[in-house]
Parts: sequence; structure tokens; C-alpha cells
Amino acid sequence: MIPNILSLTIFTPIVLALVILFMKKENETMIKWYAMIVSLIPFVLSLVLFFTYNPANADYQFVEKWKWITALNSYYYLGIDGISMLLIVLSTFIMPLCIMASWNTIKTRVKEYFFLLLMLEGALIGVFSSLDLVLFYIFWEFILIPMYFMIGIWGSDDRIYATVKFFLYTMFGSLLLLIGIIWLGFLCQPMIGEFTTDLTRLVMVSPSIAADKQIFLFILFTLSFLIKVPLFPFHTWLPDAHVQAPTAGSVILAAVLLKMGTYGLLRFSLPLFPAGFVAMTPYIAILATIGIIYGALVSIVQKDAKKLVAYSSVSHLAFIVLGTFALTAEAMQGGVIQMINHGLSTGALFLIVGMLYERRHTKLIAEYGGIMKVMPVFSVIFMLVVFSSIGLPGLNGFIGEFLVLIGSYKSANLGTPVYTILSTTAVIFAAVYLLWMFQRVMLGPIENEKNKDLKDISKLELASIIPLVIFIVWIGVYPNTFLSKTETSVKKIIENFEKYKPKVTETTPNGTTPPPVK
Amino acid sequence: MSKYFYLTTLLPLIGFLINGMFGKKINNEKISGTISSLLVFIPFLIGVGTLFELMGMPADQRKIVLNYFSWIATGNLNLTYSYYIDPLSISLFLIVTGIGFLIHVYSIGYMHGDKGFAKFFCFLNLFIFAMLNLILGDSFLVIFLGWEGVGLASYLLIGFWYEKKFTGDAAKKAFVMNRIGDFGFMTAMFMIFANFGTLNIQEFLGKIGGMGINTPLLIMIALLLFVGACGKSAQIPLFTWLPDAMAGPTPVSALIHAATMVTAGIYLVARTSLLYALAPVAQTVVLVIGIATAVMAATIALKQDDIKKVLAYSTVSQLGFMFIALGTGSYYVAVFHLITHAFFKALLFLGSGSVIHGMHEEQDITKMGGLRKYMKVTFITFFIGSLAISGIPPLSGFFSKDEILYKVFTNAGIFPYALVLMTAAFTAFYMFRLVALTFYGKERFDHHHVHPHESPATMTIPLIILAILSAIGGFMGLPHFLGPNVLEHWLEPVFANANTVLATIHPEHEHALSTELILVAVSVIVAAASIIISFKKFSKQETFPEAKGFAKVLERKYYVDELYDTAFVFSIRELSEILLWKVVDINIIDGIVNGLGKWFKRLSVDWRKIQTGIIQDYTTISVAGIVIILLYIIFKM
Repeated sequence: MIPNILSLTIFTPIVLALVILFMKKENETMIKWYAMIVSLIPFVLSLVLFFTYNPANADYQFVEKWKWITALNSYYYLGIDGISMLLIVLSTFIMPLCIMASWNTIKTRVKEYFFLLLMLEGALIGVFSSLDLVLFYIFWEFILIPMYFMIGIWGSDDRIYATVKFFLYTMFGSLLLLIGIIWLGFLCQPMIGEFTTDLTRLVMVSPSIAADKQIFLFILFTLSFLIKVPLFPFHTWLPDAHVQAPTAGSVILAAVLLKMGTYGLLRFSLPLFPAGFVAMTPYIAILATIGIIYGALVSIVQKDAKKLVAYSSVSHLAFIVLGTFALTAEAMQGGVIQMINHGLSTGALFLIVGMLYERRHTKLIAEYGGIMKVMPVFSVIFMLVVFSSIGLPGLNGFIGEFLVLIGSYKSANLGTPVYTILSTTAVIFAAVYLLWMFQRVMLGPIENEKNKDLKDISKLELASIIPLVIFIVWIGVYPNTFLSKTETSVKKIIENFEKYKPKVTETTPNGTTPPPVK
Repeated sequence: MSKYFYLTTLLPLIGFLINGMFGKKINNEKISGTISSLLVFIPFLIGVGTLFELMGMPADQRKIVLNYFSWIATGNLNLTYSYYIDPLSISLFLIVTGIGFLIHVYSIGYMHGDKGFAKFFCFLNLFIFAMLNLILGDSFLVIFLGWEGVGLASYLLIGFWYEKKFTGDAAKKAFVMNRIGDFGFMTAMFMIFANFGTLNIQEFLGKIGGMGINTPLLIMIALLLFVGACGKSAQIPLFTWLPDAMAGPTPVSALIHAATMVTAGIYLVARTSLLYALAPVAQTVVLVIGIATAVMAATIALKQDDIKKVLAYSTVSQLGFMFIALGTGSYYVAVFHLITHAFFKALLFLGSGSVIHGMHEEQDITKMGGLRKYMKVTFITFFIGSLAISGIPPLSGFFSKDEILYKVFTNAGIFPYALVLMTAAFTAFYMFRLVALTFYGKERFDHHHVHPHESPATMTIPLIILAILSAIGGFMGLPHFLGPNVLEHWLEPVFANANTVLATIHPEHEHALSTELILVAVSVIVAAASIIISFKKFSKQETFPEAKGFAKVLERKYYVDELYDTAFVFSIRELSEILLWKVVDINIIDGIVNGLGKWFKRLSVDWRKIQTGIIQDYTTISVAGIVIILLYIIFKM
């Protein structure tokens, strides 16, 4: 086993990215190849993680812990369970594909772009492996910077509006998170004996915080995560950010960045504040259900292909939230696998829209039609991805959705199957918006002269999307490869929750009543 | 033979991949078509072998469970990918692979010269793969995999000629309407899993066996599964996609939209017959929907001029007949009619395909006429099929339909019987309107452009085989006054539990043989009379005036499409666009966000004034701050 493998995975892209700064900016091909090769290192390292991770062990693995900020008792503390491991693999898997997708499409400031891309990768892995709240917060915030520039510099016409909105939303969330972290530290101080931001120690005592304070803390943490997800009604930054971002930016945003929110719910909100979690479940379940249906309905009427995919993300991610709050093994496992699935399917959809955009320089659906005739190979892939996103059994999307729904139907925490039944209608709407888009873009006669001689998918484009397609099929046919990795981790989260829940209700009998403050 | 059973689904899947990936490279119709057809024929042979294996077992032990691999395992869900072979599934298996093979062969002729030839066979094999999973699945989820897979194949094949404008609409409509049904199917699965902890069908049926009659839970599950069945089998209110599905190539209409896929709903109900026996309320709903659909679709078929549309509505109506059989608790009769219908409806569709082929893609029967002398084989076989569906003895449709009429009479009463009998009369009427307008009377096509001709042997041989099956297929289910009912006996163990329950609810009263004979006589007379009237009326018709009054309503299919368009499609679109997107998203949420942004901006503009840039100011403020802090500490102490 490789020592300090997590640190290596985080810092190889960050440190090696610095080298780009010393390259000549005219030397674009070299920069691209360099970035490509560098991005493969963390991918290989994460594969090592995948294969050496012990799924039978419920504890954090590959742990690294050093004292860091002694005044705060903060640690440089890394470690992963099955869930974070899969998300790390997803991040490192997506990144080389994004570099391929940017190869010919990024034409200005190539040097800065690939520098930022690699920095982003390191920070993402950091987010998913931090076990100290301050460390987590730093990585979490760091992500904002490259993303901000990616939309702001390489985005489309309205990019400034989109970046400001993106920044406003996420900064607001981050601020709450920071307040939450500090307050949590203070509240736990008497129980631990010192102020600390060490997650594993906080988790042991934070459930005994008074329920009303837990609810407050839960809101501070969770709001920040829900904005990132984004859950209705905090979602309006997403369509703008997606529409303006360059293809690779959208892919990273959808595939990995949004998962920071759902991951945060699982890693922090749930274990730290069980009483808050229980108390707020009805509200969030309602928002999730609204989000599932709302995102789907609004997708139907979008005229911009990218915006359509963005709104479909709002719907798909709400499934993950619902699964998390259902707190049954099936639903949470469904949520976790849905995080991966959404990364694959929506990532692929953005790549596809990007390919169309490269050819015609428009994302408006009405500009297309009949493309199947001129791009036959492309259309096969497009169709497969569409059906993956619709949730056709045998492809990945179905597994996640089905597990979330079947697990949440009987959930004691949700307390009613109504959310599930309502959310199941999304299977109808998903077919409507995706097939309608597919029909308008791909089927029918070619009516627009400009579409008459579009070139079919290129080898480079194929290389960027085929890996996604492989896993779209793999997860649909044999999800156990991945489910088995996260099974114990998910069960441990539920077990801990069950362990701490009764304590909470003992000390504060009103733990399950709705919060007094909104 | 069951040892090799995995090949039955694997081979069509391989065919799908071969033609999908290398079809363009092979670029040879004969090779593509032959590979595809063989990869359906071999499973048929394996199926025959397995049939004999089952027959060698004692009747009550005729089941083989084949476990392949763990598909989804998490939490309490441990789902094995497994097949369940029993007399019911093997019967349908043979129908699907048998008729499927014939239609593959037919398609080699029909699709000759089409630039998507390999793609077509690729999709056909995909369909067979999915359909076999649907039939063989041991758990609801494997069935659902097949269920959605056939939906996909159907989508792809309806939209096969994608450059035409309407095919995309038809394909999407089919998929979306089926998804509405899937909503029911999925919710039923959630309920089953939540209450019984399993998705395995036999386990589930084993657990409900001891439950009472009409338990609300069972009624709910039965009704939700039936919603799924309505979607797939095109019953009210989810039937409008099937006629539109005729936009696909005709072999597809024959295979998917007549003989096999659309009967999946009937199969699902038959597979879970015990559930419906235990929930008579749900069973009655099945009966009512079946009758309503049968009547409605048959009346629409009376006024359609498109040869395929007539057959499509006829299919909807006949599927209604099968649900009627299920609704009366005569599960084996439903399967019997499913089988005979697969024979004669596949025949009729392929016949219509042969006509369309020979008429250079003409589908309007008002522009045909007198074709019997140009295409003899097509005509004779089509005629046999029409007699069979009309219920003329001793052709196959007679036996199965008569059995349904008899069961409706004895189990449901005289009024439902009258409705079904009327529908049977309509059936004979519209079929012979079709026969008369197509093959008899004046030749109404343009002789300069259209030269009707008989189709090639790859097309006519399947027609002949299907005609023979349509003619003699009924003998497998002889009424008991004529001889042994082989099919009923064969399927007996499958429905034994359900029949036991039904017998306790309302013990079957013995009907006199005379009643049965009278019913047979009535239905034969009605059918024969309808045929004669219809034939007389339409074989001489030369002009086709515009329909008026109720005829117009029938021609426009009761305006159901228009109703759905305004009630659902239009209103959902408007709601989403205007209320959700423009008002909620853009005005309310973004309004608040941008408003807050502006507010902060204004705030910072005001506060900026503090930043004067004069060192003295900063020092003053700093000192003031220190003083305040000091004062605070002093007073606190």
C-alpha cells in the first residue's frame, strides 16, 4: 500500500499544476498534454484506493492525522469511507474526460484554464477526504475560486451575471457553514474538554447538544449544503451557471461539485445533529418532492438544451436528498449510487450538448432537428445517455431512482409513503422532457440548411464520452460492484443514528417537534 | 434443455449487438437478416426442448427456477436475476420466439432495400431479448426490466423511419403513455416490497395466500399493477398510443403491437392471478375496463379507412376481450385468446403489410379494391385470418372467443354478455368491411402509378404458416362437449391456487349443456350475419362520402386525442412554462435573490464612505475601538 495516499491524490494535481505557470503560454499543446498526464496520476491513485479499500471495515480508512492549527485543535485529518471513496474515484475519473472535452474547445488563456482545472481537482478530492471541519471548510471554499473563474472567463455572453449569482448563493451558504462550525466547536467544548474541529470526536458528543440548538446548527450546516445541491428553492443559480459555463465546467459542476452538497448531508448534517435531522425531515422531504417534480416540469418547457439538462439535474438531485432523509439502507444506498449515476449521465449529457454547440454554436433546441441522419454514431450515444437519464432498467439511472423510491416508501423517518408516490411521477415527466428534446434535436427531417453537413462525432469526442457510457451500462447491469463498496458505510451511518437518536429523545423530549425558529 | 436456457435471451442480445455494431460493415441484407432470424429460431428450439422437459414432470411440479446472478443487493433487498419456467411462461415463450421467428423471416422480404435494414434487425432482436425477460422473469423487477425493454424497442421501432415527421411523435407518445402505466407498476412494487419484503413473484403469491378476500392492500396492489397492464396493453384510458404506433414498419405492428408486447398486461395479470382472485373488487375493475375498451375500440374500427388503423383498433378491442376473460376469473381463457389472437392478428398485420408492399406504400382502403386477383396468397390467408377473428367455426378465434362469451354469460350476467356479443358482431363487421374494400369491388387505385403484385416467398411463406395456425390453433382448447381441452389442462397447475379461491367465493353452478350450445349457436349466427351484411354493403361501395353525425365522432375516435391534448399536454406545458418557470423561478426566487444582491450593493455603497483613505480617520476609529473594548472588559469585571 502507498503511504499517505490520500495526500498524494490531493496534492499531486495541485503541486504539479504549479508547473504549468512556468510554461510558455504559446506552448498550448504541451500544456494540454501535461495536464492530461497529470490528471491521470490521481486517477490511478484513486483506482488503488478503490481496489485496496476494505468494504467490510466500517471505520475510516487510509487515515492521515497530524496536528495542524494547535490553537483550534484542528487537524490535518484525512480518511475515507466507501461513500467518499466512490466520490473521489468519480472526480478523478471525470477530470481526464473534461480535459479531453476542453482540448479543442478552449481557445483563449489555455494556460490559466488547465492550471485552474487541476487545482480544482485537488480541492475536490480534499473535500471528500477531510475529517476535520476546518480542513473541510478550506477545501470547500477553495473550490469556489477556480469555478468562479471558469465561468467568469471562459463562459458565454451572460457569464458575469451567472458568476455573481453563483458566488452570492454559495458565499451565503458558506458563511452559514462557518458560523455553524465555530458554534458547534464551542458547544462541544465542555463535553470534550477542549475546542476542536475534529469530526470523529465531535460526532461522539454533538448528538447530546440540546435539541433546539441542534436544529439551529443543522439549519446552518444544511442550508449551505442544500444550496450546493441545489434543492428547490435554492436552485436558480444552477441553470444560469450551467448555461454560461464552458462544457467542461458544466460537466464538473454537475458531475462532482453538486455532490459536495449531498455528501455534506451524509457526512456532517446527519451524524452531527440527529435531533435536528429528525425535526427538519418533513420540511426537507417536502422540498425534495417539490424539487423532483418541479425540476422535471420546468425542464419540459426549456428552449435551451443546456438549461433543460440543468433543470433535470434539479430533479435528479432531489432524489438523492429524498433518499438521504429516508434513512433506510436501500434509499441511502440508492442516493449514493444516484450521486455517481447523475455524474455519469448528466456529465455525458453536457458533453453531448457541448458537441452540438461546437458544431453549430447554439444551444437552442429549435435550431436543430433531423441530426440523426448526419450524425449516426453520435445519435446512438445520445440516445443511450437519454435513456440512462430517463431511468430505463438495465442502465444506471434506474438503479439509483428505484432504490431511493423503494427504500423511502417504507421509511420510518419520512413516516409516510406520500413523498415517494408523488416523486414517482417524475418517471413520467423525465420521459417527456428528455424524449421531446431528443426528438426535436435528432429526429424528423433536416429543415435547417446549416445542419445539412455536420460532422459525426470525432475520435477525441468519442474518447471523452465512451468511458461514461461503459459505466452507464455497468452500473445498470451489475450495480453490486459499487453498492457493495458503500454498504457498510451507509449501514454504519444508520446504526450511529439509531444509537444516538434515543439519547436525544431522552434528554429533550421535544426533539421531534418542529423548530421554533425559521 | 433448461441447462442451455440462458442462451434463449443471450442469443437475441448477441444478435442485437452484432447488427448494431457491425451491421453497417456487414452491409449484406442476407447475412444480417439470417443471423437475426437464426438467433430467434435457436431459442425457439430450446424452448421446445424445455417444453418436453416440463411435460415429463408430474403436473403439479412443472416449474423450473433458474438463478443466474445477484442483480441488486443492498439493505433488505436481495434481488436475484432469475427465470421462472412453468406451463404459462413456456407457452408464451414459444409464441414469442415462434411468431417472432416467422416475422423476422417476413421482414427480410419486407425491409428489402431499406437503408436501415441492419438497424431494423438489431432492434427486432433487442425486442425479443426484452420480451423474453418479461415473460421469464421470476421477480417483478426482472419482469419490469423486460417490460421497459420492450417499451424501448417499441419506441425505437415506431420511430424507425425517423425522417418522417409524425413517427417521432408516435414513438414518444407510446413511451410516455407506457410510463404512466409504469408509475402504477412501480408503486405496486414499492407496496409489495414494503409489506412483504420481497419482489419475487412466487414468494409474494405464497405470502398473500392466507390473506382475506378483498383486503384493501391487495386491492390497491392489484389495481396499481393493472394500471401498468393498461399502459402496456392499451386499455382505457391509456389506449391512444397503440393506433399511432402504426407509424412503425408493418412487421413491427404485427410482432410488437399485435401478437406479443401488447399482451404483456394480460400476462402480468395472469401471472399474478391469485392476487386478482383474492381481490374481486380489482377483478371487477378489470372486467369493466375490458368491456369498455372492447366496445369503444370496435366501434372506432368500424369507421377507419387506414388498413393498419382498423387492425390497430381491432387489437385494442381484442385485448379488451382478454381482459374480460381475466375479469371473469377465467385466466386460462385469456391465455387461450392471447395465443389464438397472436396467430390471426399477426397473420392479418403481415397480410396488410403484403398489401401495402404490393400497393407501393398505400394504406388507404378507399383507394384499393379488387386486389384478390393480383395477390392470391395474401388474399386467401387474409381471408382465413378474418374468418378466424370473426369467430367462424372451426377456426381458432371461434373457440377462444366463444369460451369468453360463455364465461361472461355465466360469471358476469346477461348485460355484459350482450355488450360483448355486440362487440363480436362489430368485429366481424369491420373485418369484412376491410376484406371487401381491399380485395373485392372496383379497383379504385390509379393503374398508371400503382401495379399491385404478390410479395416474395419470404413474405408469403410466413403468411401461409400463420394461416394454418389460425385455422387449427383453436383445437388446443376444445369446449368440453367436443373433446379434451388440452390447453386448460396444461395451464391448470398455474391457475390452481387462484381457481381454488374463486371456487370458495362463488361456487360455479353447473350450466346445462343446452345453454352452452344455444350460446354457441347465437354467436355463430351473429358473426355470420355480420359478415354477410358487411360484405354485401361494402363489396359494391364505390364512393366514400364524408362521415356525418355519430359516424364522424367514430371516425375521429371519440375525440379522445384532442381531449388528452387539452386536458393534459397543453395544461401541463402552460403550467410549467408560465407559472413554474416564469413566475416562480424567474420572478419570485430570482427576484428575491437579485433584490438581496442589490440591497447589499447599496449597503456597501453607503459603507464605502467610511473608507476615506485618510490615515487620521482610521487612527481615530481604531483608538475608539480600543477604548470601547477596554471599557467593556473593565465593566464586565
